[in-house]
Amino acid sequence: MESGNTIPIIVEFSGGLEMLFSDERKHKLSVPAKDDQGNAVNIGWLVQHLCQEVMKDSRKEMFVLDGHVRPGILVLINDADWELEGEASYALQPDDNILFVSTLHGG
Amino acid sequence: MEGHNTTAELLRRQITATEEELKRLKAQLAFLESEKAKSSRAGPEQDGPVTQRRWPLSEEEYKRYGRQMIVPNVGIQGQLRLKAASILIVGAGGLGCPASVYLAGAGVGIIGIVDGDVVETSNLHRQILHNTSKVGMKKVDSAISNLKALNPNIKYNAHTEHLTPQNVAEIVSQYDLVLDCTDHPTSRYLISDTCVLLQKPLVSASALRTDGQLIVLNTPPLPPGNENGGPCYRCVFPKPPPAESVVSCGDGGILGPVVGVMGVLQALEAVNACSATAELTLEKLAAMDYAFFCGVAAPVKVLASEERIEAREYEELRKQRGKEHLLLDVREKVQFDICSIEGSINVPFSTLQGNRGDVEIEHPSWLPETLPSEAPIYVVCRLGNDSQVITRKLKESGIDKKGTRYIGDIKGGFKAWKEQVDSSWPEY
Repeated sequence: MESGNTIPIIVEFSGGLEMLFSDERKHKLSVPAKDDQGNAVNIGWLVQHLCQEVMKDSRKEMFVLDGHVRPGILVLINDADWELEGEASYALQPDDNILFVSTLHGG
Repeated sequence: MEGHNTTAELLRRQITATEEELKRLKAQLAFLESEKAKSSRAGPEQDGPVTQRRWPLSEEEYKRYGRQMIVPNVGIQGQLRLKAASILIVGAGGLGCPASVYLAGAGVGIIGIVDGDVVETSNLHRQILHNTSKVGMKKVDSAISNLKALNPNIKYNAHTEHLTPQNVAEIVSQYDLVLDCTDHPTSRYLISDTCVLLQKPLVSASALRTDGQLIVLNTPPLPPGNENGGPCYRCVFPKPPPAESVVSCGDGGILGPVVGVMGVLQALEAVNACSATAELTLEKLAAMDYAFFCGVAAPVKVLASEERIEAREYEELRKQRGKEHLLLDVREKVQFDICSIEGSINVPFSTLQGNRGDVEIEHPSWLPETLPSEAPIYVVCRLGNDSQVITRKLKESGIDKKGTRYIGDIKGGFKAWKEQVDSSWPEY
């Protein structure tokens, strides 16, 4: 097992979510290929990682609610709805683009 | 505004706004009356032969919608569909204002607007139908008075209340298509659910700060549960967002052009859905050849004067029965469908232009076999430019039988035809 391996990915936020992440829309991240148990890292792992390591804002509940991405946020994996890719269980691949879009309501 | 909006101040503003509206109505009436006087003066006795025809649109409508009717994706059929369509716009704010302006401009037959709010000064940077003198007035009334000035041909319905679960079905059921231009998840779910139950397509947009989102829902609008129907708002967002995560324009801020462009896109999707003779999408819009669409700027001078006849000369010639000839209309088919002269043959400029001029084709497929080989051919187009190019081309390809057959064009095209022969000809 090569636990030292990392995967380069791009994580983007829009629709106001970027405000929780230092007002940066685009984050280039390098994540470990395996989690503590030696399983391939997936979106579920990434969401926790973003909450604990990347988010500077204290309002975690604006991003994650009851352990899930909160309602009103669409997750796109390489421009496809994550529901088509297995949602939180999707295993990250090198150079994946993960986009979190908060639904807007203003008009 | 807080505290200063006394009833007296509101009344004063309403009086100013009403006076402006009255002025506008008077101007409209004067304009209509002068148009009527003009058309009754230009009667048949003055213009000679006017063939009585029934056109599906009024003369004013051909002029008003001409520039969009000659877009192949719309055409006369698309324009008639727009005229027969009824659209409900929920919200007369940052999205609803630009959306309704373009839909009124495009000639949608019936436009309904729902909003219970009054105009506030903080709305004015983005809600382009309202103005300073309308502050305090119902948004729906302010919007409709401006839309009437833009296009009086349309029937406008004012719904000066907010949508509620009690009134929503009665209002939505009167329309073919709905635009969600509201600003809160509650109204978005309410409108979407209603559209599913009443099987109405829904174009939903939203904006905040510098972001905008657009989604076409319930298209095609099939009965609930039918898997071939398009998804609704609830399909995409089964759970509503926590209330504290919902940010309004008042709290988060909004740039006028951002919400404006979203409203304009809603209008485009609505026009697309109503007029659709073909799909008009943003991809296709980007691929459109605008240089071709805008046409040639410089006047064309290809033919000598003996190769051209005046429109009134051609009309004389038509009246001499037995004088066999062919009238070749080289406008594009979408224009030919709007109006054409009886007996003419349509071969679009674009198809003829594709043929190599140096290749001699003495008898192309469009040339009727029954036409005597010496019968003249007259070429006509919209303004008399393309017809010159085609006349030259036909002569070079040998269709003129080495000069024994006359081929010429009608000078000034259908513009001259309208001026000299048939004043009822639609100018689109």
